[in-house]
Amino acid sequence: MRSRFQQGLDELKEKLLRMGGLAEQAIDRATEAYRTRDAKFCQMVLTGENDINQAERDIDELALDLLAMQQPMAVDLRFILAVVKINADLERVGDQAVNIAQRLLDLISEPEVQLPVDIPRMAGSVTTMVQRALESFLDGKAEIAEAVLQMDNTVDRMKDEAFVVLVQRMVSEPSTARAALNVLLISRALERIADHATNIAEDVIFWVRGADVRHGGAHYRS
Amino acid sequence: MGVGIEVRGLNAWYGKNQALKSIDMTVAANHVTAVIGPSGCGKSTYVRCLNRMHETIPGARAEGLVKVGEMEVYGDGTDPVEIRRRIGMVFQKPNPFPTMSIYDNVAAGLRLNGFRNRKQMDELVERSLKLAALWDEVKDTLHKQSGASLSGGQQQRLCIARSLAVEPEVLLMDEPASALDPISTSKIEELIFQLKQHYTVVIVTHNMQQAARVAEFTGFFLMGSLIEYDKTEKIFTTPTDKRTEDYITGRFG
Repeated sequence: MRSRFQQGLDELKEKLLRMGGLAEQAIDRATEAYRTRDAKFCQMVLTGENDINQAERDIDELALDLLAMQQPMAVDLRFILAVVKINADLERVGDQAVNIAQRLLDLISEPEVQLPVDIPRMAGSVTTMVQRALESFLDGKAEIAEAVLQMDNTVDRMKDEAFVVLVQRMVSEPSTARAALNVLLISRALERIADHATNIAEDVIFWVRGADVRHGGAHYRS
Repeated sequence: MGVGIEVRGLNAWYGKNQALKSIDMTVAANHVTAVIGPSGCGKSTYVRCLNRMHETIPGARAEGLVKVGEMEVYGDGTDPVEIRRRIGMVFQKPNPFPTMSIYDNVAAGLRLNGFRNRKQMDELVERSLKLAALWDEVKDTLHKQSGASLSGGQQQRLCIARSLAVEPEVLLMDEPASALDPISTSKIEELIFQLKQHYTVVIVTHNMQQAARVAEFTGFFLMGSLIEYDKTEKIFTTPTDKRTEDYITGRFG
């Protein structure tokens, strides 16, 4: 029975990693769309969302089956709980990629405006966070997950800086307001993705160590 | 009311085989404590040492400190009969006295202890059957029906009522629901949960979900040693010892 259960856990892990791959791909495509101003990439993000949504349903269903049929305990229970939460975060990453694609479609429908914000750099940091969070999940390595938590502050700062300069630009050059607003919303979506990567890293730490590190500090069950 | 149990340096043997190795365990009063572990780990031996049932097996012996409330179970001059009155036991297979009526089954322990007052005995039998959640099902056939004619789940509750009639402080249960169907099991589990208001309960179980459902504290035994003892939610979500984790996740045992 246990080997069947182990197969179920392995399958769950594989499905979640595959979904993680879809979410990463969505961010990459959105970033590429920004860089190239090519609507084709935006369309790919929009159509790809269905696959992510389907993956979310499959993972929840398998997790529910394992909980009901195998009544897992301890590390296995923590693993399944972490998978269910990471699953929801990855689906939200997909949603944020769609938000970015929609802003981009609006952005590229207008003449290009030079704005003093480095979105590709921010997207690079965010992508690294998601990749590292998924890597920590793949290998069950809490130390990699801890590194992800450290990176969140950097992305938050980038978003705050973007906010300041974009608002300034909107005031000084109202004709650029539409573009600036789109870019501001894109930076906010990227910052949200970083938050989801942080959540994923926290869930990995919970799975591996049994420690709740949300909201600062490590809380171990007494 | 229930009393706490203090166990220090408890060792037990079957002939030359040591079945328990220096067990230290504090069992909280009016709580349910589960004892889990693979077959042969010593969990049944452990509970049988708490009321000196262990020594009834030829060649078996135990030594160490077991204090139930203020009573030293292995103290000089402590009467085993008195110990077993104060520490009741329920076994895996329901074992009502087959030729006795339901009433007589419950009253048996009282009579054995020299209890003769009929009115008080009626009250104690009723109270015990109510505590065991069996009263409503048998109140009209107390004297007519034999204990053996009840269903398995009812028989087990009858055995619990029989244990409760002599007003123990501690109730030991060795796999009390393993021979029962899910409905009867759930009744017994609900009952265990209720009983802790009045008694200290120690339950041996192979069923980890059952331990998780009924017990506030859980001890994991392996090869005669107590490996880990903690709050049940801690044991089943984030056990400290790798051996506990391997056992409860089914990776060995």
